[in-house]
Amino acid sequence: MSEQHPPKRTAGEGQGDTQPAKPHQASLAAEETAAVVSVDTAGGAMGPSAVPASAQSGQLPGGPDTLLRKIFTGSGMVSVLAVFLALVIGGLLIASTDTRVASTAGYFFARPADFLTAVWNAATRSYIALFQGAVFNPRGNSVAAQFAPFMETLTIATPLITAGLGVALAFRAGLFNIGAQGQIIVAGILAAWVGFALHLPLGLHLLLVLVAGIVGGALWGGLVGVLKARTGAHEVILTIMFNYIALYFLRYLLNTPAFQRPGESNPISPILDPSAVYPQIFGSQYRLHLGFVLAIGATVLVWWLLNRSTVGFEFRAVGANPKAAQTAGINVSRSTILVMAIAGGLAGMSGVAQVAGTEKVLTDGVAATYGFDAITVALLGRSTPWGTFAAGLLFGAFRAGAVQMQIQTGTPIDIVQVVQSLIVLFIAAPPLVRAVFGLNPRRKKPVRAAKSTKAATTGGAA
Amino acid sequence: MTSLRARLKRGSIAGLATVSASALLLTACGAAPEPGSTSSAGASDYTGCIVSDSGGFDDQSFNQSSYEGLKKAEKDLGIKVNQVESKTNNDFEPNLRAMVTAGCDLTVTVGFLLGDATKAQAAANPDSHFAIIDFGYETPISNVKPIIYDTAQAAFMAGYLAAGTTKTGTVATFGGIKIPTVTIFMDGYADGVKYYNEKKGKDVKLLGWNKDAQDGSFTGDFEKQDVGKQLTRNFLDQGADIVMPVAGPVGKGAGAALQEAKNAGKDVKLIWVDSDGFLTAPDYKEIMLSSVMKQMGEAVETVVKEDKDGKFSNTPYVGTLANDGVQLAPFHDFDSQVPADLKSELDQIKKDIVDGKLKVESAASPKA
Repeated sequence: MSEQHPPKRTAGEGQGDTQPAKPHQASLAAEETAAVVSVDTAGGAMGPSAVPASAQSGQLPGGPDTLLRKIFTGSGMVSVLAVFLALVIGGLLIASTDTRVASTAGYFFARPADFLTAVWNAATRSYIALFQGAVFNPRGNSVAAQFAPFMETLTIATPLITAGLGVALAFRAGLFNIGAQGQIIVAGILAAWVGFALHLPLGLHLLLVLVAGIVGGALWGGLVGVLKARTGAHEVILTIMFNYIALYFLRYLLNTPAFQRPGESNPISPILDPSAVYPQIFGSQYRLHLGFVLAIGATVLVWWLLNRSTVGFEFRAVGANPKAAQTAGINVSRSTILVMAIAGGLAGMSGVAQVAGTEKVLTDGVAATYGFDAITVALLGRSTPWGTFAAGLLFGAFRAGAVQMQIQTGTPIDIVQVVQSLIVLFIAAPPLVRAVFGLNPRRKKPVRAAKSTKAATTGGAA
Repeated sequence: MTSLRARLKRGSIAGLATVSASALLLTACGAAPEPGSTSSAGASDYTGCIVSDSGGFDDQSFNQSSYEGLKKAEKDLGIKVNQVESKTNNDFEPNLRAMVTAGCDLTVTVGFLLGDATKAQAAANPDSHFAIIDFGYETPISNVKPIIYDTAQAAFMAGYLAAGTTKTGTVATFGGIKIPTVTIFMDGYADGVKYYNEKKGKDVKLLGWNKDAQDGSFTGDFEKQDVGKQLTRNFLDQGADIVMPVAGPVGKGAGAALQEAKNAGKDVKLIWVDSDGFLTAPDYKEIMLSSVMKQMGEAVETVVKEDKDGKFSNTPYVGTLANDGVQLAPFHDFDSQVPADLKSELDQIKKDIVDGKLKVESAASPKA
């Protein structure tokens, strides 16, 4: 991945689209080119994109193979094995922080069974607590209380899903969008300001908050697109620096009286008006808010955009090979700007979910780490809309469960995050997992040329 | 490539196995305990809990001090303790709710960011008690006790001390983030310097904070020690010889810069904040003139004890010089270098502040 950079585009190129081809013709031509290009890229012959092929397409290319082998080496199975492996290693880590394990280890040779039971208990107790905190708690006094953890998972997943979709969409267009964090912040600033400074009727107020957030995120993301398209500056550098600009600007604003509560000088905004916050879907006992429904809507929208629309096709063509897409008559500059704006708008929805959904105030921690988690969520979801949705739910479950895990078992919250990071590590490196489970095709049949090509490709993609 | 990778992997796993095996061999030879010999801790049913903000309990600042206070209460009073760290602001509400559900009698929350969440949980659980560090409510809540500090009083003494000790006639301070709990130190420090100048007709200059404009030097967070180091070097270049960093762990950056200057032969000093730096930051003992202490651990323990004894009240605990909630730490190694006159003047200032003859005011002072 690191050695692959998109060809630098110059200002002249952006304006030099003189081919007046009709969109449909252009699409057809581009489809053909893109198909050729994707095969080319898959073969590892050339690397036009900064984003791994697997992240762009959602599928790994490969030659003919047996069904069984496909199942066991397929990305779905690898994901399952990655989670399993991470849970095992995580379990050992949890056990290593457990006091009972430490004390029984002192007399391991005298009575090894004690030690092994302690390890097993420490790990399973933690994972049971994780499950009870994330999905279903059988000890709740009512059905509502028993399902409260699941609702919490959905709540935390909401901003992860929308920001993840933004990152995934940009991945598909060949852009490494690190800027979700900044986009969430800018969206949060605008949405929160509309929420606490303006006093509007019910319905209209929330709508305006949502629009302000999406526009804010879209502007912040779109600006990166414009700079990239017009000057050729790399989007990774642009988005990283835009994150800092957004954060420090937010801190500055929170030090001005306009963003502080009357009579206080703490950097925390007034609480948003009741008319400006998302209604809670299942009543006030859960934090789950309307933002989750909108996140489902956004997932459908991105799916439609990528798989059914001309614009989405252009995005993918540009992602596969911008030069070829340009030759085929696609306006690469326009695509870059548009995809970054849409990605920013999606991240903006996360900002709105934060200020109008869960926090109801603006602080400098408004984006938490969602902007960065969104990158892993998108990678985990292989940059497909529903994959991102599922990955968002998984991450949400981990976050929600971490609280119970911490309280019930005393497992440090950092260990929970270590387990999460392990899962991502293993999923991002399929050859590693395959190697651990002896599923790597090239090791078993190193003679066949086709196989080794495939292995090289997956290696490159990781 | 493949075989190389495979060999590397096998090699490292073998190495790891050897290390762990030998570690086990070294440590695992103890005798097994007899069954049934379990130790029992305190007998109290009282549970005290604490929820951190995103700094965590190892922030070397108010989360840590409060947590240590609660842990001390666990030992001294035999109570049960439950703690949970927040990683993001989103965690506050579920963490607090989990604490109440877990049966906490008193839940301590740390910092103004938890203000709204604490208020909401207090309203939803009128039978549970809460205490919040470094934050007070406009309208008191019947089951929340604010623990706040009039830090400016002790910082005033530090300012006077600095002004009376400086050789260059210039002293400095800087903050982490411009929030009231930080600026209150700087306000008091500035007033202390000003008071010295008025009393003695001197012109000691203060760098890094302008009380009237309420603006000065900040590092931007409580993490980047190198920024604190750079800022301190700038102050040294401008002639300052005593620096008070109000920035948690970033203060170590200031300590490092001052230590370098000291090693280069300059006569420089450091004033620590929150805890007695002579004990908590021993690397900089040599240059530690004094510290402006906020006794958060003690306050937490006191509040827990009161609640355990059924004497909970929602009247804010305000740490002042009068109740030793804020203090100027001992001079330790510098004791012999601080003139007796200055010491007695500081004692007089303390007495005047306690008696109310000398008013120390800051925009960030607790209003209660």
